[in-house]
Amino acid sequence: MSFQSIINAISVWILPLMLIIILTIAMFKKVPVYEAFTDGAKDGFRVAIDIIPYLVAIIVAVSMFRASGIIDYIGHLLNGVLSALKVPVDVLPVMIVRSLSGSAALGIFSDIANHFGPDSYATKLSAIIVGSSETTFYVLAVYFGSVGISKVRYAMIVGILADIIGIVAAIAVAHTFFL
Amino acid sequence: MNYIFYLLIVISIVVSAINGKLEDVVNSILSGAELSVKVAFSLIGIMAFWLGIMRIAERSGVVDFITKLIKPIAKWLFNEVPEDNKAIGDIAMSFSANALGLTNAATPIGLEAMKELQEINKDKNSASNAMCMFLAMNTAGFQIIPATVIAVLVGIGYKNPTEIILPTLIVTGIAFISAIILAKLFQKIWRVQ
Repeated sequence: MSFQSIINAISVWILPLMLIIILTIAMFKKVPVYEAFTDGAKDGFRVAIDIIPYLVAIIVAVSMFRASGIIDYIGHLLNGVLSALKVPVDVLPVMIVRSLSGSAALGIFSDIANHFGPDSYATKLSAIIVGSSETTFYVLAVYFGSVGISKVRYAMIVGILADIIGIVAAIAVAHTFFL
Repeated sequence: MNYIFYLLIVISIVVSAINGKLEDVVNSILSGAELSVKVAFSLIGIMAFWLGIMRIAERSGVVDFITKLIKPIAKWLFNEVPEDNKAIGDIAMSFSANALGLTNAATPIGLEAMKELQEINKDKNSASNAMCMFLAMNTAGFQIIPATVIAVLVGIGYKNPTEIILPTLIVTGIAFISAIILAKLFQKIWRVQ
């Protein structure tokens, strides 16, 4: 429990410390902090508006994909492979959704955790998958969208391949740690 | 991106037409579009805050300091970016924020880095190698402590939720290193096309 409280303390203090350090250095260097802040903050609105078209494209396409029920079919297809790797079938949606939608993956993970409980392998494996990865589609849409880039070149392929490697690694690591 | 967009939509419609979920899919268009705007608007405040703090960090020389600090690694990772470019400092700060789990800070700072990278990008419509490398590192989602996951585990009464940290770190480390290697590899292959 003490290790956990140390971690909690760190995660609470990182942000305030960062703010104190940046602001104090700025004051020492006689930077007009209030003016600099408001000057930078002006861009916030513009950036948020700029990414809307890219977000709509990705989020609508992903929502349709999820609503179509195709994820269940992929699950049936991969059933054999999964049971050979001792991966619980219920974890599969987490694997597929993780790169597409962060909130959906977290939602499915919470369902699994609540349904199977703390001692189950499904909970542990999906915890590792959700904790070890980022929502590739969302990141690409937001970051490229903010500068108006629609030709993402190999960024998408690299992101997806790295996600697949991550899932394979998660299965292997969970296997060694928790089975 | 064109193929992925096309395939996601066409496959969804065809599959749902077969299994009778077409109505759900049509409804998801509206809810998805609404959600996108909600996501964008929810970013405005936090985006403004961190862009403001970043401007202070920039003017007080903190960003320059970090740029110098990671010069040796940055030179190899982002070989097309001039070594003193502010983008390097922004990338380092965004990455640190991500690693520390400060997702709210990481996105605005990361977007600032994209802006800098876009300024030195030759083809403004197309991603540069530096951008692809930055986003490869970013989508791998390197995080030291998976705080949200731990919170869920605590919620269901998991006895020792911190035991998840080490395996998660190993997996995210593997994905992260693979992403960098893949980005370097594709940088060489993609030039031909």
